[in-house]
Amino acid sequence: MSTNIDHIKEEHHHQPSGLMRWITTTNHKDIGSLYLWFSLLMFFIGGFMALIIRAELFQPGLQLVVPGFFNQMTTMHALIMIFGALMPAFVGLANWQLPMMIGAPDMALPRLNNWSFWILPFAFTMLLSTLFFESGGPAAGWTLYPPLSLQGGNSMPFVIFSLHLLGASSILGAINVIATILNMRAPGMTLMKMPIFVWTWLITAFLLIAAMPVLAGAITMLLTDRFYGTSFFTAAGGGDPVLFQHIFWFFGHPEVYILILPAFGIISTIIPAFSRKKLFGYDSMVYATASIALLSFIVWAHHMFTVGMPLAGEIFFMFTTMLIAVPTGVKVFNWVATMWRGSMTFETPMLFSLAFIILFTIGGFSGLMLAITPADFQYHDTYFVVAHFHYVLVPGAIFAVIAAVYYWIPKWTGKMYNETLGKVHFWMTTIFVNITFFPMHFVGLAGMPRRIPDYAVQFTDFNMIASIGAFGFGLSQLLFVYILFQTLRQPVTAADKSWEGAEGLEWTLPSPAPYHSFDTPPKVD
Amino acid sequence: MNKLSALLITSLASISSFADWEVNMPRGVSPTANAAYDLHMLIFYITVVIGVIVFGVMFYSIFHHRKSKGAKPASFHESTTVEVIWTVIPFVILVGMAVPATKTLIMMEDTRDSEITLKVTGYQWMWKYDYVEDNVSFFSKLDNKSNEARQLGSKIDVNKVDNYLLNVDNEVVLPTDTKVRILLTASDVIHAWWVPEITGKKDAIPGYINELWVDIKKPGVYRGQCTELCGKDHGFMPIVVRAVPKQEYVKWVSLNQKNRVADKSE
Repeated sequence: MSTNIDHIKEEHHHQPSGLMRWITTTNHKDIGSLYLWFSLLMFFIGGFMALIIRAELFQPGLQLVVPGFFNQMTTMHALIMIFGALMPAFVGLANWQLPMMIGAPDMALPRLNNWSFWILPFAFTMLLSTLFFESGGPAAGWTLYPPLSLQGGNSMPFVIFSLHLLGASSILGAINVIATILNMRAPGMTLMKMPIFVWTWLITAFLLIAAMPVLAGAITMLLTDRFYGTSFFTAAGGGDPVLFQHIFWFFGHPEVYILILPAFGIISTIIPAFSRKKLFGYDSMVYATASIALLSFIVWAHHMFTVGMPLAGEIFFMFTTMLIAVPTGVKVFNWVATMWRGSMTFETPMLFSLAFIILFTIGGFSGLMLAITPADFQYHDTYFVVAHFHYVLVPGAIFAVIAAVYYWIPKWTGKMYNETLGKVHFWMTTIFVNITFFPMHFVGLAGMPRRIPDYAVQFTDFNMIASIGAFGFGLSQLLFVYILFQTLRQPVTAADKSWEGAEGLEWTLPSPAPYHSFDTPPKVD
Repeated sequence: MNKLSALLITSLASISSFADWEVNMPRGVSPTANAAYDLHMLIFYITVVIGVIVFGVMFYSIFHHRKSKGAKPASFHESTTVEVIWTVIPFVILVGMAVPATKTLIMMEDTRDSEITLKVTGYQWMWKYDYVEDNVSFFSKLDNKSNEARQLGSKIDVNKVDNYLLNVDNEVVLPTDTKVRILLTASDVIHAWWVPEITGKKDAIPGYINELWVDIKKPGVYRGQCTELCGKDHGFMPIVVRAVPKQEYVKWVSLNQKNRVADKSE
C-alpha cells in the first residue's frame, strides 16, 4: 500500500501540471476521465438539441424554428449523441476499467490512447461549427442518405471529414483495447476467466474495426459524388441511391451493437454484485455476446425493408433479424436467473441496472415487432421506430453508463456519492424517460412519421406529454452533474472494496486506485 | 410569464376539445393493411405474454430475494438444461411468428393480375399521379389553408384548419374492389408513399420503379404522408386517396380526361 502511494508521488513528479498534464497524458485513468467528461459535455449539447426538437413538437404548427433548422437539429442530435456521448462514454469506461480488471498497469498503447482521445475535440468542433455556416449544418438525417445529402450546403465536407476523424479515433481506441486485453492479462487469467465487461469490450472492439472503415468508405463515396464528378449514388449518372443505404447499414447495424454490448457487460457486472451471487451462465453470456456480434453483420437491410428489395432478400433479413432475439433473450434470462435466490440490495447502480433490464427488454420487444417485414411496412420511419431505438439507447445504453459511473466512482475517486440523491436521480430519470418515450409508440402506430417539424392535430396530446417528459429528463440530468461535483468535494473515505458483493481485481486495489494500476501483476487462479 | 401561462392554458384547452388518444395502428380497409394489422397484434400479444412471464419472475425475485428480508444467496450459477430450454423455446416461438409473417409478405409482394396502374412520382415537395391506362395525370400538393397555417409565426389556429397538414389540392381517386398496382419513383430525392389504412409504405427512389398493390374494400377518404426525409418540407407533402365505387371512378376518369384534352387544345 505505502509503496503504491510513494509511487504515485514519484509519477506526479515527472509530468507537467495544469492543462499540459491533460494534453500530454498517456495514463489510462487520465484519458478515461477525459473521455467521460467529454461525453458528459456532448450529452448536454445533444440533449439541448433534443429539447429544441421537443419544444417545437409541443404543439402542432410551427412556433420556434423553421423546418430546415429542425432537420439540422434531428441530424446533429443523433450524430452528437452516438459519436459524441455514447461511444466516448464506453471508451472512457474501458480506459478506466480494463487495465484494473485484467491486472495490468495501463493500456497497451498509451500514446495511441492519448491521440485517440484528442482527435475528438477537434472533430466535434468542426462538426458543431457547421451550425454557424450560412447554409447551416447537415440536415439530411444522421444516415446521410443520398441524393438528399448531396443537396446539402457547405457543411457536407466538414461533416464527412469530422466523421472520418471520429472513425479514426474509434479504430485506434479499438486497436488499443484488443492489444491490451490480448497481451496484458494477469498470469492465470485465461480468456474464459476474464470479467464479462472485458469480454464485451473485446468483441465490441472487433466490431469497431470491422464497421468503421465501411462508414469511411460510404461517406468518401458521397464526397466524390459531390465534388469529383463520380456517380456512385446518383441515378442520373448511372449510380444507385440504394447502394449507399446498403453500405451505410452494413456499418450501421454493427454500430448499434457497439453502443449496447459494453452496456451488457456493465449490467452483467452490477447485477451479480448487488445480488451477492455469481453471474448465472458466464459461458453462455460470452457466446451470446459473440453471436449477437456475428449476427449484426447479416441483418443490416432490416433498416431498409421499404426500398423495394426482392422477396427473397426481405425474407432473409427478416429471419436473421428475428434470430437476434435468441441470444438477447439468453442474456435477459441469465440476468433474471442471477437475481433469483440472491440476496439483493438496491443501491443506485443496481436500480439503474434493473431499470435497464426492463426498459431495454421493452425496446427489444418493439425491435422484434419491427423485424416482422410486413408489419414494418407500417412501422417504418414512424415514431414507433423513434420510440424503439430510444428505449434501447436511453434507458438501455445511457442507463448502463450512469450505473457504471455510480458503481465505480468510489474506486476512481475514493469518494462515495450521496445515496439518497442517487436514488432521487434514478427515480426522476426513470419516470421521465418513460413519459418521454412511451407515448411515441402510440403516435407512431397512429401514423405520425418521424423527422417532421409539425404534425396533424390528432397527434397533439401524446406529443405534449412527450415534450414535458423530455424537459423533465433533461432537468434530472442536472442533478446528476450536481451529484458528481458533490462527490468530488467529499473527503476520501471509500473502502477498497466499496460494495459488499463486488468481485474483480479492481476491488483489490486501494481507493482511489493508484496512478499505475498494477505494478506487479496479481495472480489469478 | 403571462405569455407562457396563456400558452399552457390554450394547450390544455385543446387537449379537451381535440382529444384523440389513439394508441394503436388503425385497422385497414384493404387485404394488405388488414394483414399487417393482424400480424402486428399477434406479435404484440406474444411479446406481452413473454414480458409478463419474464418481468413477473424478475419482480418476484426482487420482492422476495432481498437482503432486507434476510435472503441468503444461493450458490448456483449455471445449468446446461435450463440454458438449452431457454434457447430452444424462444426459437420455437420465433418460428411460430415467422410462418404467418412470411405468408403475409408473399401475399403483399404479389402484384400480378392488377386491373389498373397508378404511377406515383415524388417531387420536392409534392406528388405526381399518372393513371397509366386511363391517361389522367396531375400534381397533388398540400392545400393552401394548411400551407398558410403552417408557416412560422402564421398566428392561425391550426386546430381550426380542416385536416391540418393532411389535405391536398388534388385528391387521388381510386376504385374500390379493384386490384390497383402502384408504381413508385421519384424525380429528385427519395420519398416514401404511405397511406396507413390502405397500405404499408414503400420508397419512391430516383432511378427505381417500386411496386405496391392495393385493393380498397370500403369507399372513403384515406390520408397519409411522405415518410422518407426529403428535405425541408418533408412534413408537408400529404397524400389523400378518395376511394369510390367503380362506376363513379369511370365517371371521374372520363371527366378528367376531357379536362386534360381541353387543357392541351388551349
